[in-house]
Amino acid sequence: MIEKTSLAGKARSFLFNNMVMLVFLGFVIFGFAVAETFTASSFTNDIMTRFFRNGLLVLALIIPVMAGLGLNFGIVVGALAGMLALIFIRYHYAVLHGFPALMLAFLVATPIAILFGFLTGKLYNKTKGQEMIASLIVSFFAEGVYGLFVLFGIGGLIPVRPGHRMMNPGTDIGVRGAFELGLPAEELTQAVRGAAADEYPGMARTLNLLWRIEFVYALAVIAVAMFLFLIIRRLIMRRNSALALTVNEPLWAFIVKSVLCGAVVAFAFYSSGVIYYWYNVLHNTPDIDRLDLLPGISTFAVEISRINQVPVVTSLVIGAIALFIVYFSKTKLGQDCRSVGQSQPIANVSGINVDRTRIIATIFSTVLAAWGMIIYLHDIGHVATYTIHRNIGFFSVAAILVGGATAARASVKNAIVGLFLFHAMFIVSPHVGLFLFDDGNAGEYMRTFLVYGVIGLSLGLYVWKNLKVARDKESLATMMNKIGKNKQVATNDNANRGGP
Amino acid sequence: MSRTLLEFKNISKTYSGNQVLKDVSFDIREGEIHALLGENGAGKSTIMNILFGMPVIHSTGGFEGELHIDEKKVDVNSPFDAMALGIGMVHQEFMLIPGFTIAENVKLNREIEKNNIINTITSSLFGKRMKTLDRKAMNRDARKALDKLDMSIEEFTLVQGLPIGYMQFVEIAREIDKKGLKVLVLDEPTAVLTESEAEHLLSAMRNIAALGIAIVFISHRLNEITAVSDRVTILRDGEHVITKDTKDTNVLEIAEYMVGRKVSIDRTSGEGRQFDDNSDIALSVKDLYVAMPNEQVKGISFDVRKGEIFGIGGLAGQGKLGIANGLMGIYEAKGDILINGQKVALGKTRQMLGMGAAFVSEDRKGVGLLIEESIEDNIVFTAMNIHSEFLNALGLANKHTIREHARKMIKELDIRCTSEKQHTGRLSGGNQQKVCLARALTQKPSILFVSEPTRGIDIGAKKLILDLLLKLSREQGMTIIMTSSELAELCSISDRVAIVCEGEMVGILPPDASLSKFGLMMSGIKEAEGEVAS
Repeated sequence: MIEKTSLAGKARSFLFNNMVMLVFLGFVIFGFAVAETFTASSFTNDIMTRFFRNGLLVLALIIPVMAGLGLNFGIVVGALAGMLALIFIRYHYAVLHGFPALMLAFLVATPIAILFGFLTGKLYNKTKGQEMIASLIVSFFAEGVYGLFVLFGIGGLIPVRPGHRMMNPGTDIGVRGAFELGLPAEELTQAVRGAAADEYPGMARTLNLLWRIEFVYALAVIAVAMFLFLIIRRLIMRRNSALALTVNEPLWAFIVKSVLCGAVVAFAFYSSGVIYYWYNVLHNTPDIDRLDLLPGISTFAVEISRINQVPVVTSLVIGAIALFIVYFSKTKLGQDCRSVGQSQPIANVSGINVDRTRIIATIFSTVLAAWGMIIYLHDIGHVATYTIHRNIGFFSVAAILVGGATAARASVKNAIVGLFLFHAMFIVSPHVGLFLFDDGNAGEYMRTFLVYGVIGLSLGLYVWKNLKVARDKESLATMMNKIGKNKQVATNDNANRGGP
Repeated sequence: MSRTLLEFKNISKTYSGNQVLKDVSFDIREGEIHALLGENGAGKSTIMNILFGMPVIHSTGGFEGELHIDEKKVDVNSPFDAMALGIGMVHQEFMLIPGFTIAENVKLNREIEKNNIINTITSSLFGKRMKTLDRKAMNRDARKALDKLDMSIEEFTLVQGLPIGYMQFVEIAREIDKKGLKVLVLDEPTAVLTESEAEHLLSAMRNIAALGIAIVFISHRLNEITAVSDRVTILRDGEHVITKDTKDTNVLEIAEYMVGRKVSIDRTSGEGRQFDDNSDIALSVKDLYVAMPNEQVKGISFDVRKGEIFGIGGLAGQGKLGIANGLMGIYEAKGDILINGQKVALGKTRQMLGMGAAFVSEDRKGVGLLIEESIEDNIVFTAMNIHSEFLNALGLANKHTIREHARKMIKELDIRCTSEKQHTGRLSGGNQQKVCLARALTQKPSILFVSEPTRGIDIGAKKLILDLLLKLSREQGMTIIMTSSELAELCSISDRVAIVCEGEMVGILPPDASLSKFGLMMSGIKEAEGEVAS
């Protein structure tokens, strides 16, 4: 039954299916090659910041894709819920401040996001088949309603304290064009008092600052976790042939991956000085220069040591949400989402409540987007009240597409790969602009071109593939092929029976 | 004899004034294979839709009569009621999700959930759908069901890419996996299968019946029915003809019961004019293949003599409609075609029209008419485009001649309308059909293809259209290829009637051939085999 395809055919289909990802990878590598003022540590710092900042917003896109709603540009609606919560919390800054205030923002945003998600889901059910366009339009619409409410409603309809610093000065109607989330307690003590003009500690970066570890340790932890995961999966695969079939990992791939994990751990140990310490103890040569042991790696280790510390709690939050999405896909609800996503009529006749399932998927997405927006803004530290949400939808969608997702298929892996590649493109594009046109600003246009280009290309390819599949299914060639096969089967049967 | 499981009692059903079932009563016994037979429109699908509580029944005013299961009256108001009562159905269009494994499809919305502590916590917090699935148990159940069908394929294979015959088995596996399944309805299950797969299915059906499950087997293949069924029920024109033990009857008798003949037109059969072997061949078709969805043509050859009325009959979905559509280039096709001895390329509608062929499509509203345009524009549209008629010196539409011609046609064909400017979308089915015919005739064709010319129109219009076709052939020597599901009509005007089954031409009969011969051919049995079988 399974037809063998040639190596060339496989390569072609790999190129075709991963075209977007490969274009981005090529662009980033090119950027690296041509950039002059570029170090591994500064690049990693940039990537890391953006990864933790945007992670949740991109993860918010996965569940709607699973449920067949396509790419939910409407996560902007969720982002707005997060912003409303922040405005509320910041308005009461005298009472609510510091890390607890940030937690409260998550709490306040959740019911708002659930309501918004419910309404958006309702809309998607009324626009079946056109959800992506509906999500795009609803994001613009929500932006308008939000702007109107924040600009005229707060202070206009909802009474506010006169002269409050969150409000437009003078009129007391409408929230300021930009406001700060306030420096965290740690930084506040260092800041010159009075100049910071903030008597209370704020929310900015409070989650990131809870617990941070050195980058190399984080690398080691990830490598160990990865290794454990590989081993456990390998063990399960031995007993579960279904999993083995889906994972399809040859032994050499497993060994290569394990060795890589080991190398990362070894490197972490080396650069953190553990090996250096033991070397000294064993050889009893306390005066040996640490950098002379393995010169090449040592310079690299020094470079790595310049990388910022990793915010553990933020990574745990993002990791937990990613795990939740994987868990969700294994539940009954997740299975229903996938059924609905693959075929609404069949899910319907099987007794699955299609509309309800789609609404739940939208609510999940909207709530995650609201939380994601809070994490995003808390990391930046200040909020441009009327504009900051504008590109959230496009950039998140572009990121997950770069990671290899389509409108019909998206996974946590796509989100993570996409986050890295997409933001790497963002970081290198000014350098590419500088190299190609002697103008860093040209890189800005290149970014725009790549963001919208990638969305257009992915969606175009997706539609084109679907049309091709539908056309092929009804083509004469397919029919003739089938007739030929049936005839062959029939003759084989006859031969087996010893008939004519 | 085993006990009665399911009874249809005096079932009648009307769709918008059109009675499709008249007082039908029969019963199904436990563990029997019960064949249900009938031509298209005999009421097979309607009665199965009633049994399955399909929305199409209840949104059109329900039905009369009663359904009894285990001698108790039951109400089946939705497919879910039917499932709860132990009625399972395998549809002709597969209800399978391609991206899922066989096991996932078998357990669709009946997934098994794990019962561990985490699930207890999450489900009590977030609702019962937050339990994780027990894929092992699901795979085990699917395996069991597949084993009952003697299917060795692995239960965790994706449905995507499975041969179509396997999909059928997956559907059946899903039904027999359901607890308390009593009746399993298989609607034309062998139509999509290869010969060996069909044999496999028949033996699997015997296995299932041996478990005590009754099978309602809908098929047009009489050989399979006699091979596998215990009893057979035949419907014709919405009426119950007979229910009989299969061993007491034979294919010939069944075929005769099935076809019958409606006396709706006051002409019993066409003249069956004999054409001289030396007379001109208007249309020669060799090895025609057409990729029309649900009406595939798989290698058909025939010749039509000049001036002949050539009828093409057969059951729905067997490919008879594909012939004209393929020749006219509506669907992809290949084959060698000669018109009046001249070779024609397929897929070029303009060229076909230019060579004097005209087509009255079975799809009146889709292909046949521009329903937002007026009657007069519809009538002259093709002639204007192909033959550049009805144009003035500047190459623009000549309103005057168009109107004159349209009025003439409206009068000749008795098109009931407010004026020639009325939009065709507002006409009744019969009048729409007349407009289609008028347009075809305006092209002054030498070969006319008409598909399902009398479908869904009233009896007066039917008679007029059939008379007109006969007149065109007799008086103008027009060659007509008429495709119809109504055998009686085909026989009433055709000189020869070809029967198509499963994309191939089974044979060509004179219009006065016996009913059983037609019936057998519709089931794909050639004459010689039929005689052996009887």
